[in-house]
Order: sequence, then C-alpha cells, then structure tokens
Amino acid sequence: MADLVNLTIDGVPVAVPKGTNIVDAAKRIGNDIPVFCYHPKLRQVGMCRMCLVEVGTPRMDPATKQIVKGEDGKPVIAWMPKLQTACTTPVSEGMAVRTQTPQVLAARKDILEFLLTSHPLDCPICDKGGECPLQNLTLAHGPGMSRFEYEAKHHDEKHVPLGDLIYLDRERCIQCSRCIRFQDDLADDHVLQFHERGRNMEIVTLSDPPFNSFFSGNTTDICPVGALTTADFRFKARAWELQGTPSLCTHCPVGCNLTLNTRLETHTGGYEVKRVMPRQNEQVNEIWLCDKGRFVHHFTRAADRLTHPLLRNAGGTLVESTWEAALQRIADRTLGKPITGIAGDRIANEDAYLFAGLLRTVASKGSLISMAPAMATYYADLARAYGVGKDTDFNQLGKGDVILLVNGDLEEAAPVWFLRLRQAVVTRGARLIVANDHTTKMHRYAGQTESYQLGNAANWASTRAAVLAEELKGARHLLIVFSDEKLSTSGVRSLAISLASVLVQSGHAGKSNSGLLPLYPHGNTQGVSDMTSPQPWPDRAEAVWLIGVGEGEGVPQAPFTIVQDLFQTRLAEQADVVLPALSFAEREGTFTSGDRRVQRFYQALPAMGQAMPDWWIVQEVAKRLGATWNYQNTAQIFTEISQHIPAYAGLSYEAISHTEDQWPLVGRGDLYYGGTVYDNTGGLGLRYPADAERADFHADVHLDTPPEVTIEAVQRVRRRLYEDGELIRRSKVLAAHIVNSVTEVPQAA
Amino acid sequence: MSSFEETVSRLLKIPVGYATVLRNLFSKPVTLQYPEQKKPMSARFRGRHHLKRYDDGLEKCIGCALCAAACPADAIYVEADQNTNAERYSPGERYAKTYEINMLRCIFCGYCEDACPTNAIVLEPIEFPTGYTREGMIYTKSMLLEAPPNGVPTTPQATQPGKFDRSIVPYPPVDASV
Repeated sequence: MADLVNLTIDGVPVAVPKGTNIVDAAKRIGNDIPVFCYHPKLRQVGMCRMCLVEVGTPRMDPATKQIVKGEDGKPVIAWMPKLQTACTTPVSEGMAVRTQTPQVLAARKDILEFLLTSHPLDCPICDKGGECPLQNLTLAHGPGMSRFEYEAKHHDEKHVPLGDLIYLDRERCIQCSRCIRFQDDLADDHVLQFHERGRNMEIVTLSDPPFNSFFSGNTTDICPVGALTTADFRFKARAWELQGTPSLCTHCPVGCNLTLNTRLETHTGGYEVKRVMPRQNEQVNEIWLCDKGRFVHHFTRAADRLTHPLLRNAGGTLVESTWEAALQRIADRTLGKPITGIAGDRIANEDAYLFAGLLRTVASKGSLISMAPAMATYYADLARAYGVGKDTDFNQLGKGDVILLVNGDLEEAAPVWFLRLRQAVVTRGARLIVANDHTTKMHRYAGQTESYQLGNAANWASTRAAVLAEELKGARHLLIVFSDEKLSTSGVRSLAISLASVLVQSGHAGKSNSGLLPLYPHGNTQGVSDMTSPQPWPDRAEAVWLIGVGEGEGVPQAPFTIVQDLFQTRLAEQADVVLPALSFAEREGTFTSGDRRVQRFYQALPAMGQAMPDWWIVQEVAKRLGATWNYQNTAQIFTEISQHIPAYAGLSYEAISHTEDQWPLVGRGDLYYGGTVYDNTGGLGLRYPADAERADFHADVHLDTPPEVTIEAVQRVRRRLYEDGELIRRSKVLAAHIVNSVTEVPQAA
Repeated sequence: MSSFEETVSRLLKIPVGYATVLRNLFSKPVTLQYPEQKKPMSARFRGRHHLKRYDDGLEKCIGCALCAAACPADAIYVEADQNTNAERYSPGERYAKTYEINMLRCIFCGYCEDACPTNAIVLEPIEFPTGYTREGMIYTKSMLLEAPPNGVPTTPQATQPGKFDRSIVPYPPVDASV
C-alpha cells in the first residue's frame, strides 16, 4: 500500500497508512489503547481523555534539518512534555509511542475515577452490564475503590425516554458524544445534542417526534455505557444469558447480517429472540442496522403463528388437520392438473428452487411459476445482467465516481445503503445525481437533481438516457440505483432497459463498482427470481399455490388454493389448504441480496408447533405427485443449485460461510472499541458475477428500445420503511411507527 | 469344628438378634418425621431460600439475575420487568417478574446469597425443601418471597414519583473517613 508511515509503539515497529491515528495503529499490533469517545467509524473528538499516551517524534536539528542520531545510531526521540490523546494524533514517520509508562497508567486510573464520580453503581440492573466498556476498562485500568462518597455523587434522571424506541439514563451517560456524532455525521438526522455545560451537561433530543431517526438503535450499540437502551430489550435478559446465532435480515434488499440473541423462556415454553444485533460485514452493513431490522423480529414468536395444517371441511370451514391429510388432499386435487405457483420474495433460495423444480418437472403440463410481488418479474433479469460488478465495494466509491439515483427514496427502501452511499458522496466525494418526482433525503447531497411528473420515471429515463450516457462517460465508476415504485409493469421494464443502456453506452457495464442496484421490496427478491425465472401472473388457474406471499393483491382465482405462510392472512382465510411454514429464525438457508450477494442464515429457534420448512413441504407434495426426490437438508439443495443455475456455479455453503478478519476489528473481547456489534462467525457471503462480466455476454441482448409507457391514472404506492404489513404488525415497539402506504394517482397521459 | 457345634453356635445367635431388636424398640429413635418434626440447626446452616423485603414492604430483589449467573447448578431462573410508580415491586426501575428456583438442582452452596447486590436472597436454616412431585420442587416467586412486615402493604405498591428512583444504595454504607 502506498504512503505507509513507520512508527514504534512500546518498541514494536508498525507501518500504517498515512492519516491513521495512534489508537488504530496500536490496534493493528494488538495493543489496545482504552477509549470511550473514540470509535473507528466516527469522527474523533478527543473528549474522554481515556486514550492518553506518551508521544515523541525524532529530534530535528534546526540548523541542518537533519534527524539527530544518538550514540547507538538511532534517532533521538523528543518526547512531548504532556500526554497526548492517541485518537486525535495522526501517526508520523519515526514517531514513538509509549502506552505502558507509570504516567500513562496513572492517567487512565484518574480518568476512570473521574468518570465514576458521577456514574451510578447500578450495574446489576443495567442492560449493558456484562458487555459494558466502562465495566471492562474499570476492571482493567481503574481504581479498586472510589474515594467519592455516594451522597456526593452527581444524581440525575434515570428514566428519560428519547423517543419511544430509546431510553436515556442521564446518570450513566459519560458524555462521549458517540450517539450525537453517529446521528449527525452518519445518519444525518440532527436529533441529539448536548445541553448545558460541565457537570450539568446532558443529552437532549431536539426533534419532534423525539429521536426521529431510522437508525436510533445503533446508538445503543456504540454507547460505551448503559446510558442508551432500547425499549425492546430493556430488562429482557442479561448479556451473558444470550446465545447468538448468525442470521440475515429479510426486509429490504440490503441483506444486513444479524445475530439473533435468544434465551430460554418459561412463558413461551422454549427459546425466544430477545434482541437483534448487527453482525459485522464490511461489504454489506458494516456494523449498522436500521430500526426496522432491529425491532421487527417479534413475529417469529407471535402467538397467532400458524402451527398446524388447516383443511377446509365439507361445511366450508378451515379446521386443524395433520400433515398427512393436508399433503394427501393437495396430491388428490392437483394430480393431472396444472398448478400455478407463486413464490413470495422472502422465502429462501432453496425453497424457490425446489418449488420451481416441482412446477416444471413434476406437476402436470401447463403448470407455471410466478413470483410475488409480480413487479420484480419485469426487471430482476436485467439486474442480474447489468448489476453491480462482482468485486464492488461501496467503501471504495469516492472522488470521480457517479451515483445515479432514479425513482426511489433510498432511506425508506434500503436504509443501510443510504448510510453507505451517503458516506461515498459526503465524505469521499462521489457525485450524486438524483431524479425523482418528490424530494427525498438524498436530495440534500445531490450535485444535480432532476425531476419529472409523478409516475413518469420511465419516460424521463428513456428521453434522458442518451444524454446521460454521454455525460457520464468520464465517470470513474457509475452506480445506478433505481426502484420500481409508482410504475406499471411496462414502466419498470422500460426504466430498467433505459438505465441499463446508460450503463452500456457510457462504458460501465460489467465493471466493478459500477452497475444497476435495484431497490427491491424484500430481502430475497433477486434470489427467488434467479431460482424460478418467473412468468407473469395468469388471470385464472386450475390450482394456485402461494408460498410466503403474505397479503398479495390480485392473486389469480382458482377452484383450489393452497396458502403456505406464517400467519392466517386474508389470502389464507380464502384458501382450501393452509400450510404452516417456518420463519427464517427457525431454519437454515440462503438469501441473495439486492446486490446479488449470496449469504447464509442459520437456525436460532426450535420449530413452532408442527410448522415445517418450505422446501420440506414442497418435497413432500412432489413425492406424492410421483417424484423420487430425497433432499435431506438445504445444503444438499444448494449443491444442486450451484450445478443447475449458471449464475450460482462455484458457490457452496463452505464458500459463502467463509470469514476473515475485517477492519476495524470489532465485536470480540474489546467491546470498548467498536461497541457491542457481533463478530462475523456465520460467513461473509459471496457475490456472483453479473452476466455482463462474463466473457460470452453480448451487450445488446436485452437492450431493445424501451417501450413507450402510457401513464395510467391508477393508485400507486410510495414505499415506506415502516409500511404496514403482516410482520411489522406483530412488533409492539414499532406499532406507533407503522404508516399506511401513501397512495398517489399519476395523471393519465 | 463339627457340623453339630456349628449349628448350636448359630442357633444361640438368634436370641441375641431378638434382644437387639427389643432393645431398640423401646429406645428413642434417631430419625425425625421431617417436615412435621424439625431439628434445631446452626444459625449459619444453609436451608431453603427466602426472598426478603425492606421494612416498607418493597421487595429487595431487583431482578438482576446475578444469582442465576453465580449458580453452579443452573437452578435459578429470573425474568425481569419494569417498575412503575403505580405498580412498584422494588426500588429502582427493575424487578423480578418471574423468580424460580429448582430445589432438586440446588446444591445449597450459597453462591446466590454472595452474588446478591441487595441481600435479597437468604438461605435460612428454618427448613429444608421437601415435596412429592418434581414440578412441586420448582419454587416460584410467591413461595420464596416472605410476607411483608405487619401492617405494611404487599407489592405492588403505588409510590410517589422520585422516591424510589434507584435500585441500589451502598451497603453497608461507605465510611468516607477510611
């Protein structure tokens, strides 16, 4: 790497990139300099003074401008007279740092004694207890006894709701401002601020409604004490009682890596998800999560989950039944008849693959597979062909790069991509072009904004494509983010074609850090499309089988309907057979994120009732229709996927569960450095190459002239993060945040 | 020894046996009809657990689960919840909603007592847990919690805002002169 700087820390030589600070440099060689206010992802402020070290630089002879050498031939170090904050001191050539001298150790001890003068002794009831940087650093560096009287301590409010998701304990706060800096610098929601000064300094929220941010939960992870706690996890369990299982978020295309923290419960008679924590993946979500991903998990143990198969009896009511009876009923009613299968976009790749296999090869002729939402059928293939390059890393987007955001509210549709792409624009200098019919948060950072009439994105793109392509030829990389919201099926097809042609004509197709980035509605839209090559929904069918469709509208009418889901949805109430499926937390599988990263999730909870994984149900039906399938687990199915789906060639469970050290190192024993984020033990996932990156790809295959789109005056939904739905409805903490979809009616052309 | 002598010697032992039985029949038994009869225990004997209350009737237990963490037999299960001024169980924000000890697993080591930051759990020499079913040996919070002092209301109590903000005050009070 260019521009390396050499220094020694406690006599150990280390070479780090220019601009690194001493804390990070020491971390590279395993020397943990204690910090509270410093966080590797945040701007450093040097407020807590915990990182004080002795710093010296080589002595320079003022006359000769040469470094003075001692008798041993080594440069003489001029030590600074006072201790320096390691977090705000950048390294320099020849610098020497001492972190273990009596002066440094005394400083650490004193800082901790100062911090503890106003910190309550309520570790036993504190949610951070057991994973608390202040606890750990006090044990390692602090005094064993306090010289402060309890009554002389600073007492403050202990129960301050900062909004309905986060509680503040003013007594525990050590005023490190990590939460303020996260909200200001990364989330760009200026909702927290310091109030008053000195001993009276406290955190206040400025916004109305209070702490109004999609990212508020992250502040509890990076809080070095128990000052910020979530309403969801408050007093729910102690940190040491929790078991962590690597998992994935399914609610938006980002595919955030999670750790599900579970604990045995008496009232549910089994394990329960107590909280959702981010799992570090620098390629996906770094160490962040949005509040939806963090708090929506309650549906996994909702009391109204389907636990038994239901069959419609002669009287026309749905009654509890057995798997044997339900599967036999399906086989009896569908043998020799074509089935229309609709796969929801939150089921695993393995489920979708078997489902497609059943409909193509086992069920009788005329069967077909579609996906829900049907909209994705019209552009997922283009996203696969012209999607972001295999080695794309959003952290590398910066100066010279262009991000084109068309027709979508990035923060509402994919909050963590908002955080990451905003960083590329704001701190690393990428150019942002936003085109939309209404103002979104991303407009704040746009170098260029374009607007069009409501619902008119496709026609805007087809008229502007040639000009944009010409303009963007000079860009180093070109990332095109787009959404299907407020478009008709022909509209989204046209938009995707226009944007792909911008990519091709500007010479960015098939390159890393460039490509289409679709804002799909859910976590596995790309994967289900890859597995099924879906067809448009028919109007009518002889038999319809819906897997994980939820509340889909406009489902084809049929004399026989099977609904396979988690809940007794509106569709399930009309069905002839209702099959209980397992949620993502109760099984294994893989999801493919919106940027085509194939990732694994693991089983964290035991099954609910008699519910079974989707792939098992599909296989059992297939057996009764005459297939000789015998899949034992999802790994076996994935092996077959990698053999039969060309894009997935070379992928395997072993390959996608590969992990490696990621910088910054967080989530290990050193909670003080990165917060309570979990280390990634479940796998970093792998992105499969876009078709355009393959040698035998012909650029003009899909790019016929985009169809002219007539705007229809029908209601179109603007997608929102907290959109009402079957899953979010089961989360009490998010209840106040649920919004009804905003419907808008474009003017007919 | 001939077989005749052997037989006589064995026969003579029979009355010796009867004498032993007769003697013990009229002596004082060493066993007790526990739990109807109890034996005085040393003051430091670790018998069954009790959850203590403060003089004002509030529970000392704050649901911190440190006892469960310290328990080598994994016999303690705690679920915490949040106090409100309208329904207050203990001082501070947290109380134990569920508190169970599986007496069959408990080894009466007293580590829970050591770990308790509020001296809420005490193993007292009063009794030793007994029962006829396994389920009955899981002692719930209502079985463990002692009755409030005479004339004091039980929990939950309605309390004044600001009076019981904190769970823990130093115990014993710190002597600042040392």
